Amino acid sequence: MSYTPSPAALEKIEGTIALYPESSAALLPVLHILQGEAGFISKDAEIWAAAKLGLRPVRVREALSFYTMFKRAPAGRTTLLVCRNLSCALAGADDILGLIREKLGIGPGETTPDGAITLVTAECLGHCDHAPCLQVDGVDHGPVTRETVAALIEELQAHV
Amino acid sequence: MSENGIRLLPLDDDSWRLEAYLRQGGYEAARKVLTSMAPREVVGEVCAAVLRGRGGAGFPAGMKWSFVPQGGTGPKYLCVNADEGEPGTFKDRLVLRRAPHALLEGMLITAFAVGIRTAFIYVRGEYARVSERLVEAIAEARSAGYLGPRVLGTDFGLDVIVHHGAGAYICGEETALLESLEGRRGQPRVKPPFPASVGLFRSPTVINNVETLAAIPQILARGAAWFLGRGVAKDGGTRLFGVSGAVRRPGVYELPVGTPLRQIIDVHAGGPPEGRSVKAVVPGGLSAPVLRPDEIDVPMDFDSLSRSGSMLGSAGIIVIPDDTPMLDVLHVTARFYAHESCGKCAPCRIGTSWILKTVQRLRRSGGSPADLDLILGLADGIRGRTLCPFGDAAALPIRAIVTKFRDELERAVVR
Repeated sequence: MSYTPSPAALEKIEGTIALYPESSAALLPVLHILQGEAGFISKDAEIWAAAKLGLRPVRVREALSFYTMFKRAPAGRTTLLVCRNLSCALAGADDILGLIREKLGIGPGETTPDGAITLVTAECLGHCDHAPCLQVDGVDHGPVTRETVAALIEELQAHV
Repeated sequence: MSENGIRLLPLDDDSWRLEAYLRQGGYEAARKVLTSMAPREVVGEVCAAVLRGRGGAGFPAGMKWSFVPQGGTGPKYLCVNADEGEPGTFKDRLVLRRAPHALLEGMLITAFAVGIRTAFIYVRGEYARVSERLVEAIAEARSAGYLGPRVLGTDFGLDVIVHHGAGAYICGEETALLESLEGRRGQPRVKPPFPASVGLFRSPTVINNVETLAAIPQILARGAAWFLGRGVAKDGGTRLFGVSGAVRRPGVYELPVGTPLRQIIDVHAGGPPEGRSVKAVVPGGLSAPVLRPDEIDVPMDFDSLSRSGSMLGSAGIIVIPDDTPMLDVLHVTARFYAHESCGKCAPCRIGTSWILKTVQRLRRSGGSPADLDLILGLADGIRGRTLCPFGDAAALPIRAIVTKFRDELERAVVR
């Protein structure tokens, strides 16, 4: 099966590669663009990226599998990233995570059966003065409480 | 705030645009440097100011620059370390959002001093939204002639490229950052050679933290003596102290280097909430060994913290309250380092996971006090036996929690 990104993504990719003295350095930004388009990076997308940047596919897999933000399988339309490092733990992150698990019926690394939400735990998100914090598709929330998290999840379930 | 109210970080969240920055005298230091100073003089000024690296290692910035070979025909690069990931640290986030032009001006001065024409800003992937203003600030600076091929009408040019990581704490280590920027796994390189001679794309490279670079315009605008005078003898300027955990007013406080830790916690951050007291304090990000309440009358500068057996690190202060079990703190700490070890060096890869498994056994109440000695032994097996500082950063805080709170941990285990 051959893979081609959309013309818009392709244009972004070409522009990105042109910024770097060596095209292989554009690998992470290119993977971000591909994931932004499809929600994950398929094996075919990996092979396409390798050819585009003049790399062997194993070089792409090697990098891709190292970074926690890249997804190699389809995930939910929304990603919920819950911080569990010290400042958030002191502010009740475990309790917040427990509530989210209960509400969504899934654990970290899993996606709700309707394909709406993927739950992921995170190390420090650098929002410690707003602990406990979480990110919804890259947007920071915090400090959250049981009430605001419950409301947030209801909203996500209604609109995602 | 300190004398004459000069700040690196504006107090309000809305004065980040070029227009506001120019009103406060922004880019005047860069103009002075580019039009009237020799690169060597700029390096000398920053050396004299004793600006120590704000990312955590505290290496003097001017000295770092002076290691880059002068002249030569090949490219040299500047990499800005905006991979803020040290737990309890959130100051660079604020610089990126409130003072992006101070960062860009600092980069401009650095690039001129070292002879660099291309700069990369490596921003952690989770800060993609946080860096939106930075991207806009770059566009503003470019169209106003503060960046681009002919900065301020001179023949000096600088291009700036924002590069996003994808979730890996280790990429804050400077050689891991270079590997990641080149499109590989973020695994540290063997040193030497150091990045100043062989760095990004095998070229001489300067890597500085966001806050470090944002402090540079002040030094050139007001002089090294002024900057040094704000801090302590071997550590100049102000620091952005982040305070989180059990305090009434968590946040970032810009204060002179050397401000006592107790004062930052009790006066600036308002102390612990009603009915709570302090059990322990992490003074400089999770990698900094924890301090007991009787150890927090320490001035917050690199050398004082080092003498107290901890480190100033990223100046991210985490206040742990009296009702928090230290076994939980040990667990969060062990889990973080086991998760983030890049896997390149066996002592760190194996040691951090083994420590985590041992802590998990203690929490399941299947362990015994002897497991605490096992943890100390494992920590000592990591310390000093890895290519990069991550090994020590994992071993030392774990060792401090176990040794300083041993009685409590033993009681928790026997229970």
